[in-house]
Amino acid sequence: MAQHTLSVLVENSPGVLARVASLFSRRGYNIDSLAVGPTENPAISRMTIVLNLEGHALDQVSAQLFKLVNVIGIQEMKPEDSRQRELLMVKVKNSPQDRTSIAALVAQYKGEIVGETPASLTIETVGTSKDLAELLTELNKFGVKELVQSGLIAIEDGDVTLVERTLKETGLASSESHSQTEDYQN
Amino acid sequence: MSNQITGAQSLVNALEQAGVDVMFGIPGGAILPAYDPIYDSKIRHILVRHEQGAGHAATGYAQVTGRVGVCIATSGPGATNLVTPLADAQMDSVPVVAITGQVPSAAIGTDAFQEADIRGVTMPITKHNYLVTDPREIPKAIAEAFYIANSGRPGPVLVDIAKDALQKMTDYNYPSSINLLGYKPQFEPDSQAIRDAAALIAQSSKPVFYVGGGVIKANASQDLLKLAELVGAPVVTTLMARGAFPDSHHQHLGMPGMHGTVAAVTALQKADLLITLGARFDDRVTGKLSTFAVNAKIIHADIDPAEIGKNRYADVPVIGDLGPTIRALIPAVEAEFKKNKPDFTTWWRQMGSLREKYPLGYNEPSDGSLSPQYVIERIGTLTGPDGIYVAGVGQHQMWASQFVKYEKPRTWLNSGGLGTMGYAVPAAMGAKVGAPDTPVWAIDGDGCFQMTNQELVTCALNNIPIKVAVINNESLGMVRQWQTLFYQQRYSNTDLHSKRIPDFAKLAEAMGCVGLRCDSKSDVDKIIKEANAINDAPVVVDFNVHRDAMVWPMVAAGTSNDDIMIAKEMAPDWDSQEL
Repeated sequence: MAQHTLSVLVENSPGVLARVASLFSRRGYNIDSLAVGPTENPAISRMTIVLNLEGHALDQVSAQLFKLVNVIGIQEMKPEDSRQRELLMVKVKNSPQDRTSIAALVAQYKGEIVGETPASLTIETVGTSKDLAELLTELNKFGVKELVQSGLIAIEDGDVTLVERTLKETGLASSESHSQTEDYQN
Repeated sequence: MSNQITGAQSLVNALEQAGVDVMFGIPGGAILPAYDPIYDSKIRHILVRHEQGAGHAATGYAQVTGRVGVCIATSGPGATNLVTPLADAQMDSVPVVAITGQVPSAAIGTDAFQEADIRGVTMPITKHNYLVTDPREIPKAIAEAFYIANSGRPGPVLVDIAKDALQKMTDYNYPSSINLLGYKPQFEPDSQAIRDAAALIAQSSKPVFYVGGGVIKANASQDLLKLAELVGAPVVTTLMARGAFPDSHHQHLGMPGMHGTVAAVTALQKADLLITLGARFDDRVTGKLSTFAVNAKIIHADIDPAEIGKNRYADVPVIGDLGPTIRALIPAVEAEFKKNKPDFTTWWRQMGSLREKYPLGYNEPSDGSLSPQYVIERIGTLTGPDGIYVAGVGQHQMWASQFVKYEKPRTWLNSGGLGTMGYAVPAAMGAKVGAPDTPVWAIDGDGCFQMTNQELVTCALNNIPIKVAVINNESLGMVRQWQTLFYQQRYSNTDLHSKRIPDFAKLAEAMGCVGLRCDSKSDVDKIIKEANAINDAPVVVDFNVHRDAMVWPMVAAGTSNDDIMIAKEMAPDWDSQEL
């Protein structure tokens, strides 16, 4: 088993998330994390899906995903040539004796204390799944009162833009389209 | 504004423009606006008695004609009654478009009267689906639905339309072309894959053509015949592919799988190469997957990339429509054979002797009662290969696959993937509508028949003269067979008493059909001929058959194909075979 991060471009239309979730559920694939958001193209949304799979199962998952009519393209984000981040927001017990240690720890993980009361500190940090897990282990020592974490999002290094490349690969940047209506009409 | 029409009129115009000539359905509240323009349309609407019947009829029509079958229903229960036929069409890759009414858009999500989230319900059992709430989008949704249903790997598409979208006024714009960002089925195969496949064929010594239903969908039977004769390898046709290759052809070994012939099952097991064309390594074919065809390399040609490697690793995957795929394979194989023509003499000697030694057969019941296999065999013989045969699900289905001889594609219809009992009568109705000049026999079981026979009323009223053979063994026969074999003859809830109640012949008469009954072997031919001579009304023949007849050969579920049994506790005599 290995963890894979897939960037999935989908049409920005109602029901797409349900289709993807339903596919994963009925085919028995487990999602570790799922994040959905817009892209620079308003017609296209981007899902970042993290899942644990055997090697060849990844091809099957991709093929099944690609079969969904609203799925435009799928690209695996390799850790070595992409940036993969999650957002962690957490409320930790505040106390005069811990305040300095917590602040140092948060700074070490490039986080920020964004809210403070005598009883709690609200911390937000962006990082890799591994960094955030480590930070959380440390914070647990002070008492975590509330925890919320986003799904992972990822972007490839360099000049490539996934939407542009996908549209080019599927021939949509050109004038090619499935307009041979006689092919499908009764 | 003067050119504006209602969304309902827009729907009907779009269906006409998509080329629909017939649809099967039942009106109701939410779809009612659409039924007003349907009243004036040139499209023939056949009013069925249950929406499930509409769905299977659309499937039967599509299977016979290759065109998209259309069914229409109202919201809520009307729509949910389509669930079974849609799941059925999805499993067997049948192009169907289902139109459903939905409650008005403002009421969606309020648990309104007759509201069901049919788009959500059918997401996993359709190729795609739509919920339309804006009347301007109706023609586009219809055009896309027809394109998606009948291109690539065919399948069902549902278009759910809110009642207010049907009622509002709108402009009508049918799209001149379709461009779906995420849907680009690959039609032409990759040329390197074709060369690799041809090379594997030339290197093989024990190849088998493993032919699935995709060959029929792709209308590639003639191409397959040429390729098969060029290669000279044995051919097996799956349950969904019966008729894709002539049964009478000397290279044909029959059907593989759980109830396949010994020769077909063994050919797959012992092969060194499977030339897989539009088949999907279903568990009913492979038996225990880890023991299936262990020495075979796999060429897997399919239009659906997700089938590649789903169940079995493919050494050479070929993605594309099987028509161009097979047509490209022919010259590629010819070129390879010029360099090196493999010799299949030994292979044929083995497979030929198996075919000879273990033909399909059955024993007549010792008490003189009617043998179900005999009845089905005679229907096939007396009606001939031009007839269309539609089965339900169970023993009668397997016998209809085994003992009717198929020579042409689109003459054998059944519910292969989902195994939908009750498929036969409505699917035969749709088949007869699609092929009005061809005799259509529904070969049904007494269990199946009691699930959907209400559509005989539809047939009687709409001049759809199908013939129904009820193979009446007064049991859920296949389940009974498993109880016999695996549950110590404890016949829990499989006795239907259908020789006593109902009286099928009387039931048929009550539904406006001709009802006939047959209890003895000597009457079988006479009654089949009588039924075949009736062309102005549906006919139902109640064949009272022996209840303990079993389907053989059999590979028990979850076991290896190597453990095929030719009768109870009887394996083929492998020792005398040089395999």
